[in-house]
Amino acid sequence: MTAATAPGSGRTGTFSQAALPDWAMQVVMGGAVALAFIGIAFTDVSPALLVIVLAAVSAATIGIWAGTVEGRRKATDRLATMTMTYAFLLAVAPLVSLAWTVVSKGNGRLDLDFINHTMRNVIGEGGGAMHAIWGTVIITGVATIIAVPVGILTAIYLHEYGGTGRLKKAITFFVDVMTGIPSIVAGLFAFALFALFFGPGVRLGVMGSIALSVLMIPIVVRSTEEMLRIVPNGLRESAFALGVPKWRVITKVVLPTALAGIVTGVMLAIARVIGETAPLLVTVGTIDSLNFNPFEGRMQSLAVFTYFEYKTPGVPPEPSFDRAWAAALTLIIIVLVLTGIAKLVQRRFGVLQAR
Amino acid sequence: MPSETEFEKVVDGVGEHSPLDLIERPTKPAERQVTEVASTIEVTNLDIYYGAFHAVADVNMTIPPNAATALIGSSGCGKSTFLRAINRMHELTATARAEGSIVMDGQDIYAPGVDPVEVRSKIGMVFQQPNPFPTMSVYDNVAAGLKLNNRKIKKAELDEIVEKSLRGAHLWNEVKDRLNRSGMDLSGGQQQRLCIARAIAVEPAVLLMDEPASALDPISTLAIEELISELKHRFTIVIVTHNMQQATRASDYTAFFNIEQSGQPGRMVEMDRTEKIFSNPTHQATEDYVSGRFG
Ligand SMILES: Nc1ncnc2c1ncn2[C@@H]1O[C@H](COP(=O)(O)OP(=O)(O)OP(=O)(O)O)[C@@H](O)[C@H]1O
Ligand SMILES: [Mg+2]
Repeated sequence: MTAATAPGSGRTGTFSQAALPDWAMQVVMGGAVALAFIGIAFTDVSPALLVIVLAAVSAATIGIWAGTVEGRRKATDRLATMTMTYAFLLAVAPLVSLAWTVVSKGNGRLDLDFINHTMRNVIGEGGGAMHAIWGTVIITGVATIIAVPVGILTAIYLHEYGGTGRLKKAITFFVDVMTGIPSIVAGLFAFALFALFFGPGVRLGVMGSIALSVLMIPIVVRSTEEMLRIVPNGLRESAFALGVPKWRVITKVVLPTALAGIVTGVMLAIARVIGETAPLLVTVGTIDSLNFNPFEGRMQSLAVFTYFEYKTPGVPPEPSFDRAWAAALTLIIIVLVLTGIAKLVQRRFGVLQAR
Repeated sequence: MPSETEFEKVVDGVGEHSPLDLIERPTKPAERQVTEVASTIEVTNLDIYYGAFHAVADVNMTIPPNAATALIGSSGCGKSTFLRAINRMHELTATARAEGSIVMDGQDIYAPGVDPVEVRSKIGMVFQQPNPFPTMSVYDNVAAGLKLNNRKIKKAELDEIVEKSLRGAHLWNEVKDRLNRSGMDLSGGQQQRLCIARAIAVEPAVLLMDEPASALDPISTLAIEELISELKHRFTIVIVTHNMQQATRASDYTAFFNIEQSGQPGRMVEMDRTEKIFSNPTHQATEDYVSGRFG
């Protein structure tokens, strides 16, 4: 049954029509990608130019090919599909390249020695980032402990109690402003705050936590508010209709329903700040040995550690550089692990998940 | 303490809008298979506003105990608004405000000092869209009213209440093997019966239902209607419906609401025994509405 007529011509006729083979898109795009790699590897043509030309040529190829065989609508569809796929590739290319660089340069040094040694008395080879790992975990952990309750309670106020009042508008405005604060400003804020009480030059882990929490709070507020907004009003009303007081409706019905989304928001906030360098530099400083106490003395963190290992390497510099890459990789792994934990929490408490 | 005959008179007297002097609940059940006597609700001069908009004007009615009262009327005439005012749910809408009085068991529920939370634990509500709590199992949904209020209840006692409520909602046999599964796994009709079970588990005296069957198929609708006639033995029921057959099948009394033109407040035109409203209503507007003629 072959259809020579274009679809829609005449009221009777067949619904099937000529089509490109299933592999058409894959072959054209695969060919373009392969040509791009070959071109970049073996010729001097500018890679950017090459990629643009190949993308345009492959899009034109599929467009014309589909246009002649399948008709206009299908051709448009294939062109759009291809454009989106290229956009996606363009978006993930830097990510893949970054991940590849960090893993290939960092995995050489990332071993047990690295995660259970500090830099105390280390010159040249050896040493590790144990103090920086603990520092990052403790500083970010304390920041989370500060930011999550403040952020969630603020969001609850805004969405469940604020109504349309002025206070709500003011808070929303300031939360928006906070979203745009450069991280170094948050660091300077914490620095100035503590300088008022302890004099200038004080360095404490908790100062860094406060700086980071300033960055986290607006993210937590925003995402939590968004999640509260999508909890159906009918659930609140049914709970009220059972004679449940408002605060219990919020803690027992609204928050559990929104939990999965709130956890995601908290994770985003953590991921946003865990790699911060500048605010920690001015508030927590840097140190070569392990310090578990955020309320006393300087602490190390992975980002600051990476920065100093790269900026002020020893002689020869290679061991420092290796440590810097390994620390960067460790940071990425910590974020991945946290993301995994968040996914588990979502799966356990998720609303859509039928248990 | 009114006698049985007085009780009957109260129920029958509604047609003439007779003032109701029943204050305390009769302890003796009347003949009509009443097993637990529920509350009477007396609405006087009730006006409801949304901001400056006058939504419902001057409602006077007596909702008799242990009977189903249907509220009918065209869309937008204020049935839901009125229903929500009966258990002060309208207060959840920031702009809404009600004036007048609603007396239940001798207490004005609008009086200063009355806690709306207490009112709602005595006057339950079932909504148009079935909405089980998505984070809770079937069991927890039914137990929600008790658990969320942190009432200290023994497990065995709670089990009993859950079973009784689910049986009361004609759902027990369908869910007894999956009490621990999510309430969202049930069909729409089952979910609505789950919501009814959830509402009756807190033992209110009055049950308000806003188009409880409009999202359901005819079989589930019939199941809900049968359920309503049974629930009358324990509760006073007010049900909003657009379905005339449903009003005739499931209700004893019918109140007709009307709105003259949009922008005007809705008013209650008349309330009477359901047979009377549908066969021989006093007002022309009611006649037109129930027979499907408009304007
Ligand atoms: N939250 C609100 N804010 C402002 N006006 C409202 C609100 N809810 C309802 N109204 C208005 O009040 C009037 C009555 O609405 P209501 O929902 O009570 O009607 P209804 O009789 O239940 O209609 P339906 O049969 O369509 O459910 C309508 O004019 C409606 O627009
Ligand atoms: Mg309505």
